[in-house]
Amino acid sequence: MSSEQIIAILIASGIVAALGVVVGIFLGISGKLLAVPTDEKAEAIRECLPGSNCGGCGYSGCDALAAAISKGEAPIDACPGCDQEAIDKIAAILGQDSVESVRRVAFVKCSGGCQETRFIYQYYGDSDCHRAALVPGRGDKACAYGCVGLGSCVKACPFDAIHIVGGRAEVIYDKCRACGKCIAACPNHLIELLPATAGYAVRCFSQEKGKVVKEMCDAGCIGCGICAKICPTHAITIDNNIAHIDQTLCTGCGKCADKCPAHVIISPFANAKAVAEATEA
Amino acid sequence: MSDITVILLTLVTTALINNVVLSQFMGLCPFLGVSKQIKTAAGMGAAVIFVITVASALTSALYRGILLPLELTYLNTIVFIAVIAALVQFAEMFLRKFSPPLYNALGVYLPLITTNCAVLGAALTNVQKDYSFGMSVLSGFGTAAGFAIAIIIMAGIREKMAHAPIPKAFRGMPITLLIAGLMAIAFMGFGSIA
Repeated sequence: MSSEQIIAILIASGIVAALGVVVGIFLGISGKLLAVPTDEKAEAIRECLPGSNCGGCGYSGCDALAAAISKGEAPIDACPGCDQEAIDKIAAILGQDSVESVRRVAFVKCSGGCQETRFIYQYYGDSDCHRAALVPGRGDKACAYGCVGLGSCVKACPFDAIHIVGGRAEVIYDKCRACGKCIAACPNHLIELLPATAGYAVRCFSQEKGKVVKEMCDAGCIGCGICAKICPTHAITIDNNIAHIDQTLCTGCGKCADKCPAHVIISPFANAKAVAEATEA
Repeated sequence: MSDITVILLTLVTTALINNVVLSQFMGLCPFLGVSKQIKTAAGMGAAVIFVITVASALTSALYRGILLPLELTYLNTIVFIAVIAALVQFAEMFLRKFSPPLYNALGVYLPLITTNCAVLGAALTNVQKDYSFGMSVLSGFGTAAGFAIAIIIMAGIREKMAHAPIPKAFRGMPITLLIAGLMAIAFMGFGSIA
């Protein structure tokens, strides 16, 4: 290479470098002049949030929620994944009184595992509940309302809190942050959020008549209505052949669970806690 | 031709006849993305006018003052892109400081002005046509004004369209693209002025 070429290259790189320096200085100075004070509260609140960006609060992510909380647009317990400690911290940052958070946990309204439910055919196909639910009979289980058992909710869960145990989805009480991802993922709309204090819940969603349910599944609500009759606070209603417990009225006395002939009214999180211990052991 | 005739003719040519969006198909991303409300569309138009006009001036000065004498015209693209990126960054900081609502409304489309090919297109057209400094600024401004006109008209139509009974299959982007096509046909009418 001749020296002229080398000089030409040096000049070219020199110009680009000089341009870069000029641009850098210009932006640096204007950045200082036009600096916007960032919201320190929002950043501090952001530190208290889980940071998993699960979207359970309804905002686009933890950053957006932190900004909304600091502006007062969202309540301090808007994050479903925060424990009481985190909410107390956020309240301290904002100088407010903390609120008692009601922790909520996802609950799968189906008792029909492989042992309880009859199978009407063998499903060979994509391991996806939505696909299986398109097949006549909504999956290989006889009950068209129950858990398909292929784990679309497992894939949707950002916290590894839901697993297929014995052919039906089971929520791990300790890991669930109530973000609601699994609720959207279930084709049969079987998952709902219950307060962690919920005493009893109906673990079935079958809307078939009692006789049909008995033919399909050993653990299905037959809609007999005994629970509704004996409930002292009238918290239980039968609608479309399925019992439903209003958690705001339920006192947790357990009379319905004792009398339920199908044993489908259970204490939801006592069982879930046991499963968590079993999987850990 | 007197100076005023030249200025007017340049503005009409760049803004209407060779409209950057509707006859050269540059800058479609913000044109479709930020044209839902007249207010944000006008903000976008103003930001693009600022960036393109200043970028035209700076790039023209750099080209005539440094690149051409040193025979480094092959550095056009990289130098222009650096200037444009810096200007967009500046516009972003400026808006964030003085107009946070507009900053939030423009969202990701504001930094995307950097990759708006209308900006680089305007700068490179000036160089290709060998415009003088003043002419470059003028044609840059005209180009940007054309962008602003197009995006504001589009936003106006889309605001009206929000209440129109559009068939389901056409809702959203399809009808928007159809409207853009019809606008482009309408703007072809300006071609007969030349």
